[in-house]
Amino acid sequence: MQLKNGSKAVITPYHRPQPGSQPDSLYEPYKSTIRRAPSQPLVFLPHTLSEITGPLYAGSELAETDNDLTRQHPGEPLGERIIVSGRVLDDNGRPVPHTLIEIWQANAAGRYAHAGDQHPAPLDPNFTGAGRTLTDENGAYQFVTIKPGAYPWLNHYNAWRPAHIHLSIFGRAFITRLVTQMYFPGDPLFALDPIFQSIPDEKARQRLVSRFDLETTRPQWGLGYKFDIVLRGPQATPFEGIA
Amino acid sequence: MNISLTPSQTVGPFFNFCLTAGKNCVSTIAGPEAKGERVHLTCRVFDGDGLPLDDAMIEIWQADAAGKYKHPDDPRAGTADPACSGFGRMGTRRDGSCEFETIKPGRVPGPHNSLQAPHLNLAVFGRGLLKQLYTRVYFFGDAGNQEDPVLNLVPKNRRETLMALLSSDGRWRFDIHLQGETETVFFDV
Ligand SMILES: [Fe+2]
Repeated sequence: MQLKNGSKAVITPYHRPQPGSQPDSLYEPYKSTIRRAPSQPLVFLPHTLSEITGPLYAGSELAETDNDLTRQHPGEPLGERIIVSGRVLDDNGRPVPHTLIEIWQANAAGRYAHAGDQHPAPLDPNFTGAGRTLTDENGAYQFVTIKPGAYPWLNHYNAWRPAHIHLSIFGRAFITRLVTQMYFPGDPLFALDPIFQSIPDEKARQRLVSRFDLETTRPQWGLGYKFDIVLRGPQATPFEGIA
Repeated sequence: MNISLTPSQTVGPFFNFCLTAGKNCVSTIAGPEAKGERVHLTCRVFDGDGLPLDDAMIEIWQADAAGKYKHPDDPRAGTADPACSGFGRMGTRRDGSCEFETIKPGRVPGPHNSLQAPHLNLAVFGRGLLKQLYTRVYFFGDAGNQEDPVLNLVPKNRRETLMALLSSDGRWRFDIHLQGETETVFFDV
């Protein structure tokens, strides 16, 4: 690419997702996809500067309790305290530093602090269920929160979502943007949940299941869960000085 | 690449107390001091039955009036307009709409020494969307549209789905149809 001032910029495209690693837009067992998934084929877009750049939140100001969802109110929330930690990496195995992670979730009873949530389970005045943090220079992050409860939804008769925490991650480019959900090991609802089952590849699905971790478990306090996140990475890192 | 990616999952219906609450709701992409032609943009999102999505989220990423991105992978980032953050994020209301305040971006370099027409990069998230959908907002009538390398990848009869239209009240309008006869072009990025 030739820039106006005469300098040349190298566009390093990002890897495309591996087949089966991502859900298709249409997955009929998840009913809301039926009238919302595009019916026309997507138009393949070679990456330009518009795709490989994106909002960086490195300067975001965060409050001290933003990554501790148990300390955002005067009292302690009800439920099982947990520590969720991990690293954000790209698919080349390189850490993604200083990137924003936002999480939101239901409380221990399976109820969201959202006006639209009709589930007749109690709200917890000491728990909102929203948090944010930045990864450190090694891509590491940590949240302290409450284990969310399973909750019913209207997709089909007696439908229940496995317990999950929603996550939103930016990464380095607009196309590395990821919104996903983290699950807990051994949940009996996995096989029945069309959102979890929408991911074609079984191994890829397991990427969304956190694992219990004794090392980050705090004695006399709460269980630790590990959840690593892998975003799309650049196809190659151009060597400096070689054009 | 060696490591398998984390799969996407829907943002669900209950994100707004986190993603679009308080300062996380970003309507102003470029402040009043930003250089360039002001753009007041209204986006709306509709499903395959033509019904508005009241629980979608739109994110926008754009260049400044000189076509520069505020990002280290744009070699011109050092001289990008500080008054244009380039980023916006809004949840849709009951009628499927949300508004952004910004400027018309300049032309961004494209492949083979081309110049892209002014455009906003847009991602739609929502209940029923297992992964975000990417599209672009171009400005109807812009002279650069004819030679835009991305528009030229799109079948002619669908290009107008990527055009924001200027209405008589001075606002630009961009309707996103997830399905149907006027289905918006979404990109495989
Ligand atoms: Fe949820």
